[in-house]
Amino acid sequence: MALSIDKNISLAKKGNRRELARLLTLIESGKKLPIKEYGNPWVLGVTGPPGVGKSTLIGLMIKKWASRGDKVAVLAIDPSSPKSGGALLGDRMRMTSADIGESVFIRSLATRNHPGGLMPFVDQMITLLTYCGWNKVVIETVGSGQSEIRIVAFANRIMLVDGPDRGDIIQAEKAGIIELADLIVINKSDLPNADSAANSIKNSLELSNTKNTVVMQTSAIDKSGISELIEELDNLEVDKARNILRTKEKLISAWDYKLLSNPDIDEILLDLESGAINLEESLRKF
Amino acid sequence: MSMRIVIAKPGLDGHDRGAKVIARALRDAGHEVIYTGLRRKPSEIVRVVMDEDAVAVGLSTLSGAHNVLIPKVCQELISNNMGDVIVFAGGIIPESDREYLYSIGVRAIFGPGTKTSSIIDFLDTISERRNSNLDVGVGDKKGWRWP
Repeated sequence: MALSIDKNISLAKKGNRRELARLLTLIESGKKLPIKEYGNPWVLGVTGPPGVGKSTLIGLMIKKWASRGDKVAVLAIDPSSPKSGGALLGDRMRMTSADIGESVFIRSLATRNHPGGLMPFVDQMITLLTYCGWNKVVIETVGSGQSEIRIVAFANRIMLVDGPDRGDIIQAEKAGIIELADLIVINKSDLPNADSAANSIKNSLELSNTKNTVVMQTSAIDKSGISELIEELDNLEVDKARNILRTKEKLISAWDYKLLSNPDIDEILLDLESGAINLEESLRKF
Repeated sequence: MSMRIVIAKPGLDGHDRGAKVIARALRDAGHEVIYTGLRRKPSEIVRVVMDEDAVAVGLSTLSGAHNVLIPKVCQELISNNMGDVIVFAGGIIPESDREYLYSIGVRAIFGPGTKTSSIIDFLDTISERRNSNLDVGVGDKKGWRWP
């Protein structure tokens, strides 16, 4: 088995997309591939509330990147149904330029109800993609709110996308992902209030900003701001100050995964629910 | 058994009510559905199926171009070494055209009035056939079809 996986990996590295796709499925099913950390992956995490245009914006960015010779892989994450376990993965329908040519690869992932919407194996996927020559990896998170920062565990560059009309200045004063983002993009800048949304965020950051977070505006309708955004990303330095937080989020992610994949979890839940054990006791069972 | 399934709209056809209802029904049955959106070329659909490592692809057409578009998807799957992928179709496909589509590897055709439970049964069946190594992929021996 190990031998044949090595062969699959070498085929994927040579550009065989089907092998690559199958290896990603293997990783998703929990298998560890025999590849170690590889090179210095360029990983951009794109996060922000639902409906602000993350997928559409990524669709425009990959077009630019591909046209100048980059090889871009996107991991687009959408939620699984907590009821059925199924999922409707619709991110890639907004990135249609990706379905031609050889320089873009998109994979849709369902959260499978993993807390934070990101699974520990995403790291392996990034390693595999980087090893296979994809020099830019983009992770699109599920639509997320203020406190979801799990993405820092996997991406070394963070872009927060928001829209105009997302509330008053107090929203921008709140803590969370906004403090961690390297770049904040107000998308749909063709709509009214984009300027004031961008200004609110700039003002809010000015009071505490130690790292000069860039705030930009883009529009998928008139395509404005996209080239500037690409340029900004090219010049972005990895924020080393996040390393401890990154490690902590990785640990929490692995812990969550361990807890949820425990074979006895259903039994423990039932005992807990019926009162046979209390929370303290249940924790000791993991 | 949960599967990854692509639901696609090939060709110039702007009606995707049916495709969305199917996508939703498959989601509620526990499958992971990748929806392509409207007006996709056969080559693009094959690319999506490949990159997503999908087990099956459902093609929805209401434009009357099914006899052109569906065979193109089937041929490209086979020529890309993806003969194990299962192809099913839906939309407006007259009875008289169906035999030809079955003969090129389509395993089920769902017309108007189909109950979503029937599609879920079909998926359970193809999952079983796959696991038992019975003919079910677009490149496998033809003959078996749903129901």
